[in-house]
Amino acid sequence: MKTLFNLILTAALAWIITLFTPWWGVMAAALLVAVLVPLQGLKSFIIPFMGVFLLWAYQAYSLSSANDFTMAEKIATLLPLEGNTSLLIAVTAFIGGLAAGSSGMLGSQLRARSKS
Amino acid sequence: MKFFKLLVLIALNAGIFYGLNTKFGSIPPLGKFLAPSQGVWQNESSETAEATLWLPGLSAPVTVQYDENLIPHVFAENKNDLYRAQGYITAQHRLWQMEFQTMASAGRLSEIFGEAALNYDRGQRRKGMVFGAEKALETMAEDTEIMEYLQAYSEGINAYISELNQADLPVEYKMLDYAPEPWTIKKTALLLMYMTDMLAGGDSDFEYTNALSLFGKERFNFLFPDYFDKIDPVIPKERDWSEWQVSIPDTPADSLALDQLAETMEKPHPDNGSNNWAVGPEKSYSGNPILANDPHLGLNLPSIWYVMQLATPEQNTFGATLPGALGIVIGFNDNIAWGVTNATRDVKDWYKITFKDDSKQEYLYDNTWKPTTLKVEEIRVRDGETYLDSVYYTHHGPVTYDETFISKRGGEGYAMKWTGHLGGNNQRTLLELNAAKDYEEYKAALTHFLAPAQNFVFASDQGDIALWIQGKFPNKWEGQGKFVMDGSNPEHEWQGFIPQEHNAHIKNPERGFVSSANQHPVDENYPYYVFNDGYDTYRSRVINEFFRNKEKVSIEDFQALHNNNYNLMAAELLPVMLDSMDTSTLTPEEMAIFENVKNWDFYNDIDDAGPSVFETWFDTLKPMLWDEFSNKDLALDRPFNFQTVRMLTEHPDDPFIDIEATPEKEDANDLFLASFKKAAAQIQEWSKEHGEYHWGPYKATYVGHLLQDLPAFSRFNLPIGGNSGIVNATSEDHGPSWRMIVELSDPPKAMGIYPGGQSGNPGSKHYDDFIDRWAAGEYLELEFVPYGEELTSKVSTQVLKNEE
Repeated sequence: MKTLFNLILTAALAWIITLFTPWWGVMAAALLVAVLVPLQGLKSFIIPFMGVFLLWAYQAYSLSSANDFTMAEKIATLLPLEGNTSLLIAVTAFIGGLAAGSSGMLGSQLRARSKS
Repeated sequence: MKFFKLLVLIALNAGIFYGLNTKFGSIPPLGKFLAPSQGVWQNESSETAEATLWLPGLSAPVTVQYDENLIPHVFAENKNDLYRAQGYITAQHRLWQMEFQTMASAGRLSEIFGEAALNYDRGQRRKGMVFGAEKALETMAEDTEIMEYLQAYSEGINAYISELNQADLPVEYKMLDYAPEPWTIKKTALLLMYMTDMLAGGDSDFEYTNALSLFGKERFNFLFPDYFDKIDPVIPKERDWSEWQVSIPDTPADSLALDQLAETMEKPHPDNGSNNWAVGPEKSYSGNPILANDPHLGLNLPSIWYVMQLATPEQNTFGATLPGALGIVIGFNDNIAWGVTNATRDVKDWYKITFKDDSKQEYLYDNTWKPTTLKVEEIRVRDGETYLDSVYYTHHGPVTYDETFISKRGGEGYAMKWTGHLGGNNQRTLLELNAAKDYEEYKAALTHFLAPAQNFVFASDQGDIALWIQGKFPNKWEGQGKFVMDGSNPEHEWQGFIPQEHNAHIKNPERGFVSSANQHPVDENYPYYVFNDGYDTYRSRVINEFFRNKEKVSIEDFQALHNNNYNLMAAELLPVMLDSMDTSTLTPEEMAIFENVKNWDFYNDIDDAGPSVFETWFDTLKPMLWDEFSNKDLALDRPFNFQTVRMLTEHPDDPFIDIEATPEKEDANDLFLASFKKAAAQIQEWSKEHGEYHWGPYKATYVGHLLQDLPAFSRFNLPIGGNSGIVNATSEDHGPSWRMIVELSDPPKAMGIYPGGQSGNPGSKHYDDFIDRWAAGEYLELEFVPYGEELTSKVSTQVLKNEE
């Protein structure tokens, strides 16, 4: 339950914060949520990772599908991912997830230390 | 131990933040770049939606109707509002490109790319690009009306920039991780210099000087004559100039400075050129004059042109704009249409400078020492130290080459004298043309235009057609400026300029049409000395023949001529090559290739193999013939195609034909055979990988993104015929950058197209949506509506208002 709560809260807060901040707002969101709803062990990374992974995947997909993936195809050629837009969405989501996961880990650890 | 874990996590987070927020080499900062809230995903957008936008400084609301091609039709109450809106709207669609081109012009690319661009930037500074822009600014500053519009235009661009956040930036800024700076009037002047350099920045003075010292005067004149017998000049040969009172400076008696330079700066591409023409009422199918233009430039995305209708209650103009400059550059209004081709002339000369000592503070002139002016160029380098480049200015111009730049000698230098540094008011010419109603107003508008000299073609609804060759041309003594001159000798200086009224021009000629295609402006009878390195000798003759052979001309004829693939050079050379071939020595594979070119009809069409064979054959043959010009220690230019053909067909035993590296004595026939075998091998090699060597795939025309043809943002393998030297002058990466046809009916009927799209955003469907139609030879109908009227093809409307 706590796991699901953390995941949803991370995604929601990441979405709201980045309306006002640069991309690193997702790190701040994951950190904050983890301090409030700390998780243990591997979960402290995986859950915020999943939260932002899903958020970014959804955001990227919906922005891009509305425009027939015109830009996504070009960026997927540039990076280079052989023009594979799904792969570009996955890479995007992974990068967001990685940032959120690591700051989530830090948040859970901060909470743990503040108690000890 | 527990705190150790915390420290590791803090370090990890810092590392991830830094790693995803920082650009590494050419890899963009991935977090910033890919975040859906601010990165490239935000550039996934095609349409300009209905909107009311805030544009401070407007005196009244401006309405912008977009048609299905994303062409904005701008309706403003007055010119100040009009140009303010033009700046805003252009920035909305082309911001990155407009800024990038001015940074390239100013030699500031190192600020974006780091050290890799340093040599380019030094070259730009040393040839006085900023100096020229500042001179133009000085001239424009005296023109309060133009300054007011330039200011409004700048403010329009800046209003757009100021409302951008990271998410809205064009994708190139995100890739390269930088941000736009405010627009200035100087940037407009820099953009105009960029065009001047592209079109009038070429010369071969060092190359010719080297050739002169290598081969001697007689041979030089044979290889590089001022005129050819077959030319068909812009101003028809029938023109009689005898009524003019003309004085031409005497040629000085002393000899030239035969200095040798191993290397020179990169020059504008030789395929930069253009066609334009107009027919008068008696030759037009409808009795209305018809005008056409197609400037041939590098094929780039975003395109160099941006099409707009710009209207106030007093004037209504439509055509191609240059993002960064005011008004329409090539276009039409209710009464007139105009177009330009490059009127190349040798307007850039070099003077050898003898410095008193290595401090370069003084240089020799007329037996005395004159002081130089030092301009220290500060080139900021991204992730590196600022580079300071000392450029010394003489009264001739900047000392471009000295021992710190390309030239290897100390104590000497070469100063540039260029009409690009004279400081013209080209903006006034353009704005006056936008508003011009007849021939007299067109003629008056041109007088402010100094460089790059252009053949301004003109047609009006009063039935006039005309063509002025307009620029500021030095009145040269015979041969002046062909070679490097002596900067200490006053007689070597430009002695004045050809008076404006003596610029060659023609109005309503008897033959019923005017045309230009970068060929000789006039024949030898023109009283002034005319010289340039590289006039067209083929397109012009095809165009003029086309019109001479037709009683009446229709718009379809104009379209056919734009897309005409007839290769006149091949028609004049290939029969001689074919006749000479001893086919008994060819292998069956070579024979098959030979058959393809033998049966060819001289049209460079996409599904024909003949042009692939001929072009490869000629490209192999030319360096083989001019092997004397492949010299590591000397910068040299090979003779032009016209003279190459002449040499091969009329002087087959000339010593130049012989290949120096072989013991045998070759004649033209030997070269034909050897080059054919080499070309055939090349074609077979290509075929192995790509299949049929039809001209379309073989030439493989592409339109490349301004960032070194970045494949993701470029378009490749376009099915379009032609080549350089052909009326459809589409080579691999150069060609008709805007094709326009206007009939001066009431109201005018117009069509146009360019290889690109109205949006500069690679994520937009309008980024490259004209390209396929352009390649197929099609046109967009340009819907020219009266002021304020609704377009039939309207897709959306933006209203610009001076209130939030």
